[in-house]
Amino acid sequence: MLSIKNLQARIEEKQILNGINLDIKAGEVHAIMGPNGSGKSTLASVLAGRPEYEVTGGAVEFLGKDILELSPEERAGEGIFLAFQYPVEIPGLTTTNFIKTAVNEVRKYRGLEPYDAVQFLKLMKEKMALMEISQSLLSRSLNEGFSGGEKKRNEIFQMAMLEPKLAILDETDSGLDIDAIRIVANGVNKLRNKDNAVLVVTHYQRLLDYIVPDFVHVLYNGRIVKSGTKELALELEERGYDFIKNEVGQEA
Amino acid sequence: MNTIETIKERYQQLQSNNGSSALTPIEQNAFNSFTTLGIPTVKHEEWKYTRISSVFNKEYAFNPENLSSSISQTDLDSIRFPGYEEANELVFINGLYSPQLSVIRSENLTVISLEEATRNEHRELVLQHLGHSSKYIKDGLNALSTAFAAEGVFIHVNKGDIVEHPVYIYNIVDARTANVLSQPRMLIYVAQNAQVIFAETYATFGAAESFINQVTEIVVEKDALLEFYRIQNDAAHANQVNTTHIRQIGKSLVNTVTVSLDGGIVRNNLNIAMEAEYAESHFYGLYFLKGNTHVDNHTVVDNVKPHCESNELYKGVVDDSSTAVFNGKIFVQKDAQKTNAYQSNKNLLLSEDAAVNTKPQLEIFADDVKCSHGCTVGQLDEEAFFYLRSRGVSERTAKSLLIHAFAIDILEHIKPEKVREYVDQLISERLGVEVG
Repeated sequence: MLSIKNLQARIEEKQILNGINLDIKAGEVHAIMGPNGSGKSTLASVLAGRPEYEVTGGAVEFLGKDILELSPEERAGEGIFLAFQYPVEIPGLTTTNFIKTAVNEVRKYRGLEPYDAVQFLKLMKEKMALMEISQSLLSRSLNEGFSGGEKKRNEIFQMAMLEPKLAILDETDSGLDIDAIRIVANGVNKLRNKDNAVLVVTHYQRLLDYIVPDFVHVLYNGRIVKSGTKELALELEERGYDFIKNEVGQEA
Repeated sequence: MNTIETIKERYQQLQSNNGSSALTPIEQNAFNSFTTLGIPTVKHEEWKYTRISSVFNKEYAFNPENLSSSISQTDLDSIRFPGYEEANELVFINGLYSPQLSVIRSENLTVISLEEATRNEHRELVLQHLGHSSKYIKDGLNALSTAFAAEGVFIHVNKGDIVEHPVYIYNIVDARTANVLSQPRMLIYVAQNAQVIFAETYATFGAAESFINQVTEIVVEKDALLEFYRIQNDAAHANQVNTTHIRQIGKSLVNTVTVSLDGGIVRNNLNIAMEAEYAESHFYGLYFLKGNTHVDNHTVVDNVKPHCESNELYKGVVDDSSTAVFNGKIFVQKDAQKTNAYQSNKNLLLSEDAAVNTKPQLEIFADDVKCSHGCTVGQLDEEAFFYLRSRGVSERTAKSLLIHAFAIDILEHIKPEKVREYVDQLISERLGVEVG
């Protein structure tokens, strides 16, 4: 589904990704872990098309299409979804109005008829129940005054509404207590199926107790330096990132 | 004949035809001031960024009574606010009040000519308040309006509740045959305990130029409520200088919203004189400009008595080659202790060719007050923009949603739902987004 080859990227003059290689197949859950500053969030941002980052080399194919030339909204249309580490507050724009616009623009991109008010409401009710999110929250301005947990639930709710093929969760667990993590993870798990994939970007192992990965990759200095199964995450948790740094150091 | 000569000729004519009235000395004084002051140029401190004098280089007709207006019912219907079936409707054609086209539904609302008002029980009120705006607006255009004050109207809102029947004011200019100068003039008295909502708009028919020089003076008594909403969405060849001068002479509540969406050169002077203890006022503005439109909002809050509160928020979205000016003054006189006065001006600059000049001014002579002011000029928030786009929203729609979100909190202060939705519709159509 996703094939990343030798991806290099920088922000302003700072080179951050130094050649990432990663293949994700439908139905898989991959976790990207790594110490602060290793490039985890940059990878997530570059895949979603954040304009501040400049891709300086490599290629990314998503379902056979080169996505690096696509705008963020086209990537969303293709089926990529990025759950933000810091969801943006937009006073004056209700969550409902925003999601309705987003869903219909994505449908348009995919060559589908836009939902009318009734169809949209039905879909929303269904996903609200699935994500355990309340109507009152969705009637409010987008993320404005939401708690950390509410913001992340809103992200996953939007994901549910947009039905992406690849969901990228950028530090979705940051700032959440264990109950909030459980709710968010539960939401993600309900959306998993054999046709979609999840890329979890996280600093800590604890989210992976709830969203269990098939593969774990360790990012360090803008490269994947180690890959393994979920046991790798546990090992990192136990031994800290220093052992990776040491290993990489020895190789060099 | 140039416009200044046209004005002088009409003035002489009216003075000799109409004979003397209680307004004659006021008009004569004003006319002398106009002759001395002339049309303000950019050298005038308050007109630095608004070149109104260029408008007067063209020839304007100034004989509203003779311009055989061809304004039809269909024309009028095209600009009516929703909910008009329940509203009082005051129609001005080329600056003159048209009793034929107007509809008064509220018993508590009286609309008569200012001249007539000086001949009945309202005489003292008129003589006391007419022309008070000239204490704040010292320029030739204010004087020009007062020089023809007898053509204006006196609006008396009696005690009692007429909120159920808002007063819609339509200023129509018929510029089908000539450039038209018009001067709608109102003195509004909101009596003790009265409550009234005004919503006003402008429309120019025809391709010739329009210049409206409007002065509205409003007196608000004790325990009264005034809401005043002004929607400016006129043609690009329609210019206006608009003075709204509000005196809160009793503890009262004033809420105003000025929305400027289209027009040529638009200058709004809004003065709020808080002349009674515990008076409260909220005034909001939204200018959302495109093309070459120029909108200049000059506001003055004058805190004369203690314990008054004012909140001011003006927001601007400035696109294409349009320009905006915001000049907000807050005076706190030395007796006005315990004043709370807040002011804010926020701008979104959407194009390289657009410009905003913003200038807050505080002059505080009391020592126990809370005042704040601030202004910002910026672009759309990049992070919010990316957030929307990452969810599949196109660049254009994302921009529209963010502009709408920026503007909406001003619209929320338009309390009558029908007027608010009407304005939201205008803005949403411009942006190409759906409301709600």
